[in-house]
Amino acid sequence: MRSSAHLALFGLIAAVIAVQQITAHTGSGYYLTQLTMSAYYSLVIVGLCLLMGYAGQISLGHAGFFAIGGYISAFLTTHDLTPLKDTVFVAFLNKTGILWAREDLYGGQLLTVQPWPACIAAVLFTVVVAYIVGGPVLKLKGHYLAMATLGFGTIVYRIALGTTALGAADGLSDVPPFKLTPFLEVSGEMSARVQNYYIAWGLVILAVFLSLNLIHSRIGRALRAIHAAQDAADAMGIDTAKYKLNIFALSAVFASVAGVFLTHYNGGIGPSEASIMKSVRYVAIVAVGGMANLWGALVMGTLLNFLSLRGYLGSYDDAVFGGILIVIMLFIPRGLLHTDILRDLRALLPGKAGEEDA
Amino acid sequence: MALLEVKDVRKRFGGLQAVDTVSFAVAEGTIKALIGPNGAGKTTLFNLISGFVSPDGGAISFRERQVQGLRPYQVAAAGMARTFQHIRLFPKMSSLENVMVGRHLHGRSGFLASMLSLPRTRREELKAKDKAMELMDFLGIAGLAGTEATSLSYGQQRLVELARALACEPRLLLLDEPAAGLNMRETAEMASVISKIRDMGITILIVEHDVSLVMNISDEIIVLNYGRKVADDVPLAIQKNEDVIRIYLGGDDA
Repeated sequence: MRSSAHLALFGLIAAVIAVQQITAHTGSGYYLTQLTMSAYYSLVIVGLCLLMGYAGQISLGHAGFFAIGGYISAFLTTHDLTPLKDTVFVAFLNKTGILWAREDLYGGQLLTVQPWPACIAAVLFTVVVAYIVGGPVLKLKGHYLAMATLGFGTIVYRIALGTTALGAADGLSDVPPFKLTPFLEVSGEMSARVQNYYIAWGLVILAVFLSLNLIHSRIGRALRAIHAAQDAADAMGIDTAKYKLNIFALSAVFASVAGVFLTHYNGGIGPSEASIMKSVRYVAIVAVGGMANLWGALVMGTLLNFLSLRGYLGSYDDAVFGGILIVIMLFIPRGLLHTDILRDLRALLPGKAGEEDA
Repeated sequence: MALLEVKDVRKRFGGLQAVDTVSFAVAEGTIKALIGPNGAGKTTLFNLISGFVSPDGGAISFRERQVQGLRPYQVAAAGMARTFQHIRLFPKMSSLENVMVGRHLHGRSGFLASMLSLPRTRREELKAKDKAMELMDFLGIAGLAGTEATSLSYGQQRLVELARALACEPRLLLLDEPAAGLNMRETAEMASVISKIRDMGITILIVEHDVSLVMNISDEIIVLNYGRKVADDVPLAIQKNEDVIRIYLGGDDA
């Protein structure tokens, strides 16, 4: 990784700590809740940025991967296996320590899968789905790829909405906290608010670190080459289909992990997390951030999700993101966060349009 | 046995027989040129060899291995590297990064190793960079390493593309009209560079429109017309070949 990227990473760590300190000293710790949730959405966006910005492949189905992670983890950690206790399979799982007995909200006894194995199962399942969907779909380009991934997102949404076992329109609730280590727990408890802020942002920092390494590597160059000129990349010995599929799966994993963690943090998940508008929102944020700009995507992801979660965008929330997408595509296709932004904005002023292009 | 052997290769696009039962061989360590008027099927033949187009029939063997129908990246992995008639550099990447993409086949680090930036990954990265710089130096473009490739002049872009192909360390280098768009001085320099590459031991197959370029540097020349092979000989014989003269000077039956 380049040293400038290292420096920026330290800047991010410093900013994360500074924000927490400020909220602690100004008594505004309640902001941490939305900042924690924003962090998980930003994790989806960092992954999508790798796929869209660097490898040049769009996905309008990433809310689907987020939902697969969240729903599987929620289902496994809430579905009571007590009635099946004596079947060979459940008895075997029980013996391996994958299951645990816990109390539900009303004090009843439940036998469910523990969060760690549930998380691993959720992410593995996401990988399988990503490869099955990505295999045929990534042969498509541009609009066709967008439409196909949109189709995938719709399927996940309708399954979430229509399956009784997944709570249908109500979604799943009473998802237990996720004990990562004896001292770290993903949960929405007030007392664990600071801890959860750091867990979420720690995860984002890790994701950014891994992504930056990837971008500045042999693989990153291959992905950018595919984006820039696929035939030439092919002629250099790059198996373009394989690389597109791998980056698709990787970005799906980012989304899935975010889904798992946010579901445990919120204590539940509903079908709106799988909706098309969520996918559109993710794509809009990557576009505002400037496509091939990991930092832009991260900053915009945090800012816009924070505003949305705090309710500043009002009931027209989704409309705002739709609007953002239109404005960016029409006027500032390179996004808001790059060094030439002033030039781009000046070109928008009346009477000056296109002047700079001459 | 020849390094590359093309046998009875055919390709039809709709009503056009672009390549019609063409056979030829390229001996190791030589420069072979493929010439012919516009639409003679040169580029199609080139695409057939490099895997961008699948033949309707015939066989292509490279290093005694059948390569017809393989995907371009597999052909590249077998030891063939190519340039493009219309330069295909990667925009938004520096010249150095463009050339480093050519090192792809010589790297091993996958997604996980790259994300973790393992020591071996970093060593590999430095080696790729050194090799890329060495090649850019050889072609006299080391000073352009940090410049965005697509912002360079046409002649410089041709050299970056050539460096990128050489970075693959191919056994056979396929050059698709390397002098297209170059001025006379640049064309002469390109000719000397191509000879130097051959002297390094790399076999070269070159498609060219500019006959004067290939006459000087080629060991053998094939002439194509309407998808058919008209002649396949040493340059001196090609210059005297009556069919070739008729094709190039124009005749009523051409």
